Amino acid sequence: MSNENGSKDNIVRIEGLKVYYDLKESFSSSLISQKKRRVKAVDDLSLSIGAGEILSLVGESGSGKTTTGKAILQLTKVTEGEIFFREERIDPKNKVFMKAFRQKAQMIFQDPYQALNPRDFVLDIIAEPLDVNQLASSAKEREDRVILALEQAGLSPGRDYLYRYPHELSGGQRQRIVIAGAMIMNPDFIVADEPISMLDASIRTGILRLMMQIREDRELAYLFITHDLSLAWLISDRIAILYLGSLLELGKADDIMKRGLHPYTKALTKIMPMPGVNRGRERITLPGEIPSATEEIVGCKFRGRCEKAIAICAEQRPALAEVSAGHFVACHLCK
Amino acid sequence: MKLLEVENLNTYFNTSKGQLKAVNGVSFDLEYGEALGMVGESGCGKTTCALSIAKLLPKEGEITGGRILLEGVDLASMPESEIRKKRWKDVSVIFQGAMNALNPVMKVGDQISEAIVLHEKGSKEAAKRRTGEILELVEIPAARGSNYPHEFSGGMKQRAMIAMALACNPKIVIGDEPTTALDVMVQAQILNLLEKIRKEFKMGFILITHDLSILGETCDKIAVMYAGKIVELGTVEDIFERTAHPYTQRLIACFPNIRGEKRIPEGISGSPPNMLALAPGCSFAPRCDRKQACCETLEPVGKQIGEKHFAACHFALGGGAIE
Repeated sequence: MSNENGSKDNIVRIEGLKVYYDLKESFSSSLISQKKRRVKAVDDLSLSIGAGEILSLVGESGSGKTTTGKAILQLTKVTEGEIFFREERIDPKNKVFMKAFRQKAQMIFQDPYQALNPRDFVLDIIAEPLDVNQLASSAKEREDRVILALEQAGLSPGRDYLYRYPHELSGGQRQRIVIAGAMIMNPDFIVADEPISMLDASIRTGILRLMMQIREDRELAYLFITHDLSLAWLISDRIAILYLGSLLELGKADDIMKRGLHPYTKALTKIMPMPGVNRGRERITLPGEIPSATEEIVGCKFRGRCEKAIAICAEQRPALAEVSAGHFVACHLCK
Repeated sequence: MKLLEVENLNTYFNTSKGQLKAVNGVSFDLEYGEALGMVGESGCGKTTCALSIAKLLPKEGEITGGRILLEGVDLASMPESEIRKKRWKDVSVIFQGAMNALNPVMKVGDQISEAIVLHEKGSKEAAKRRTGEILELVEIPAARGSNYPHEFSGGMKQRAMIAMALACNPKIVIGDEPTTALDVMVQAQILNLLEKIRKEFKMGFILITHDLSILGETCDKIAVMYAGKIVELGTVEDIFERTAHPYTQRLIACFPNIRGEKRIPEGISGSPPNMLALAPGCSFAPRCDRKQACCETLEPVGKQIGEKHFAACHFALGGGAIE
């Protein structure tokens, strides 16, 4: 499935990724039960991200989007499967490779109120990667690089921010600090985990523009994690719809948004709220909620909420199949 | 008689840095069965406005002026002992962040019947029966009332919060960002539920949110707040189709148009003013692209520009100054 993203080079490629977490059980129940209960956070996921591409992972809470992002960056333990960075297999035991990888792949976290150490100056927060990797030869160089990163993140003059604490800054400014911290290592790949969901609508667009600007300047690839399909459509090249740790649909942003095939994708696009007079618009919701990831589901994971489900859906899990160029769907009814 | 009339409400906070005018001369009204949306950026005073109506302000906050008439009775000047009888029975609140608003060591059903026992003065059995009914109303099986909050999903916790707000058949329910932490699908389920209940029981509903996109389909009227004031108030059609205030226009433009071309929305440059040091004139002037000299000196007052449409801008509707 390589190069399904249409670009020449893959920056990241995932093959059959599985991330399972063991559930804690009481001693007595562990004596009785034969099988350990596990949460299948990511369940057999394969996809690739091209150099300079923006791929959005869209799904409800508990669908495994954040876990996928963390697994790629080796911030959580991978149960099974392989991840490649620039076609080189990521091996957490290979210290030399990991050191270079950690510099080239960065993460932007969701909550700028928690991602910054409240007792550090902005200067020390952003310079931390430089310190860890011993990349600044003098205090002056360290400061200059931080000022440059701040100004690239839209906080200028950067010098004014160096000796401020996070609590002195607004939510939008904090998120810019987080971005500056991620950019200071000149990464090739960034996992952005809901980077604007905590911010006001009026500030969101500024952060988005900044992220898009940085991408143009540096040919950066993003894995953009969001639950907001309209946002994913707006900024990304391709969208992957995730449900209970598995891909249901993958394709170009317009294919998913305007020509989505999977019943789940269709339900999501129909329910999206839009500003404007929509009085009396009937909201057609799916019944129930996303099931718990501890349940063993035979067949299609979505069938419990799917009104079109037929007999085969309960027997066999549909594989991701290409229905048109670059548009993949995992559904027995979409072939 | 109107269900709720808020007249020139002022709520100030006494902080160590001075007086903060969180709500500064807000007026609106609400009919039975009507839904009002209040929208604005963080810190614009929308939550304080809601807490003032429920008289749930923190101790630093104080209603310094204006009236809150619930069926003609003023809540603003009512002593706390009287308010306690009204709160939850007449006005209830669905709080933001259902994840943290429930008591983690108490069964969900018990938390709901606690309010019923306190206000309805009935027997425990009657309260239990009512709790079962109300849980069924929000589409939770009555038997789940004996579960603890951690056994509920996020959407179910939010439903339980709604059940709690509805426990004593209130006349007005205030939803403070009731769906903000939820997924789109769960959000739609909750909004459907709230709409159904509101129409069935002819309840007044105030929906507070920073997400303008959900108001167009849930509310009858919208109030846009900025820096402690309502800058525009009107029907959903007034706000979206006959937008008068530049701030409302910019706020609507913050949302992507999924039917149109792919373009990152404009957003609003700058940030809301420091509420402790408000400059004279219009508070939005520093961020407004239509400002004139008079905007920086003269504070605009709310003017009627349609049957139910008010805007506080010297140049509302984009034309010349309205005098």
